[in-house]
Amino acid sequence: MTEYSGPLLTEGSRKSRISKLRPWVVVLAPLLAILFQVYVPRLFAFLAYLELPLLVTIYFALIRRSPISGLLFGSVVGLLQDSLSHQPLGMFGIVKTLVGYFAGSVSLRFDVENVFVRFILSFFFYFFHQFFYWVLARALLGQMIDFSPEGTFVLGLLNAVVAVPLFLILDKLKITE
Amino acid sequence: MDALLSRFRNLMVLAIVLALQLLLLAYQVKSGQDMRLIRVWAVTAITPAARVIEWARGGTTGFFSDYFFLLDVRDENRRMKSEVGRLKLENQFLHTELSTADRARALEAFQTRSPSKTIPARIIGNGTGSNSKVVFIDRGSSSGIERGMAVITPDGIVGKIIQSFPTAAQVLLVTDPTFAAGVISQKNKVHGTLKGQGGPACLVDYVQNEQKVDPEEWFYTSGDDRVFPKGLPVGQATVVRTGKTHKEIYLVPSGLQGGFEEVLVVLEAVHQPIPDPKQADPTLHMTAPPPVDPATAQGPVPTLSTDADRLLDRYKKIGEVENHQYGGGGLGVKPPDFNIDPYKVATPPATPPPAKPVEPAPPR
Repeated sequence: MTEYSGPLLTEGSRKSRISKLRPWVVVLAPLLAILFQVYVPRLFAFLAYLELPLLVTIYFALIRRSPISGLLFGSVVGLLQDSLSHQPLGMFGIVKTLVGYFAGSVSLRFDVENVFVRFILSFFFYFFHQFFYWVLARALLGQMIDFSPEGTFVLGLLNAVVAVPLFLILDKLKITE
Repeated sequence: MDALLSRFRNLMVLAIVLALQLLLLAYQVKSGQDMRLIRVWAVTAITPAARVIEWARGGTTGFFSDYFFLLDVRDENRRMKSEVGRLKLENQFLHTELSTADRARALEAFQTRSPSKTIPARIIGNGTGSNSKVVFIDRGSSSGIERGMAVITPDGIVGKIIQSFPTAAQVLLVTDPTFAAGVISQKNKVHGTLKGQGGPACLVDYVQNEQKVDPEEWFYTSGDDRVFPKGLPVGQATVVRTGKTHKEIYLVPSGLQGGFEEVLVVLEAVHQPIPDPKQADPTLHMTAPPPVDPATAQGPVPTLSTDADRLLDRYKKIGEVENHQYGGGGLGVKPPDFNIDPYKVATPPATPPPAKPVEPAPPR
């Protein structure tokens, strides 16, 4: 049985060991992800569509297998991201809080070590993140920003492709309990 | 109760965190304040790292590209870039020479020649969010930069300061959907409001359909917004069409074309006149008109474009042939014969024909 043919929703996955990152990784990873988003697109404009802070939030919530940890981590990363944007504080915070909560919730039911599951979840949460941000911007701030489902779909796939190796790299830094 | 709390603990924490952030959001939107302290912390934490990385990258790439790769080509490319920048500035400000060697020196030259007091700054990062139209510059409140100041390049306007921190400042680019600035067209002096659209092009809004704007007409800042001084180039209209309520005019901001790394922040703005259309296009170098040839120097040749023009010209010629002054005759004056062909009569052949009348040809 290969990694891909194994059960994705199993009793065993619920009992999977909870992992956590080293403290310095928890602090440094989101900072580096945000720094990447701030700095790297200046040199390579096409990388502006990479939502590394979101991917780090998803990863943290998935490996902690705790909705509360996920939502708290997401809210901190989101507020940090808000601080560097020109939007009111809380826009990214709310969206990433929800992403962290739902990622932490689904991690209790899925085998989040599986590469395919990680790919699908990264794609889904990217789409959810962009869509919910658009809803909030329209509903709370009255901003008529565009939302292209097709474009978001493609960018979600690209982000999911990046998420898989990124999660593997972060796996090397985690401590399994 | 305890069982209930423990059962819905996750949802309750989620609700509390969301409610707190919604309250934070609502407070900012209602009061117009932006919780400056947390932004100062975040920017102060992030921008020094970005500055260090930019310094290291510039130094490393500069070293390798200068000494290992394409030494001559890079030097030549640099010379050509500086030459293009110098010509643009010459054309725009009608000065004869600028001894600039690179973009930074071109900015210095612009800075000294511009009547406004400016300070140079370097872009060190973008704002967060995939569709963000915000950048960070390496100058902040310690350099005298304040919120609302204009950010420009010699090519045109770039944006305005929306946040000033001690070591950095946040610039809202002209392409951001929330950006707006007062503009005026160069030739027809039509006022409008420049609005970002989130893409590369900007919209000039609130121009009535009845007002005339030519395609490829240049727009300049009008100074109405109290941010940008009057007379700075904004961009050239790429699309001009009639809309439902207002004209739809799109332009690509000239200040953002070709990328930008160094900018100028206007500390004290001085309004300038809108340049003359003949001299205004900063990208087009026009040579002097050719000298007039005395042999062919004649009055202007009228171009008859409509039927009315041609009829008017015909009546004038008939008046000349018949020695008739229109509007000058009184009662009993013989009116001119409008049936003659004035062009045949007015241009007789060089040798006059004999006085003998021409007999009609006999019918076959």
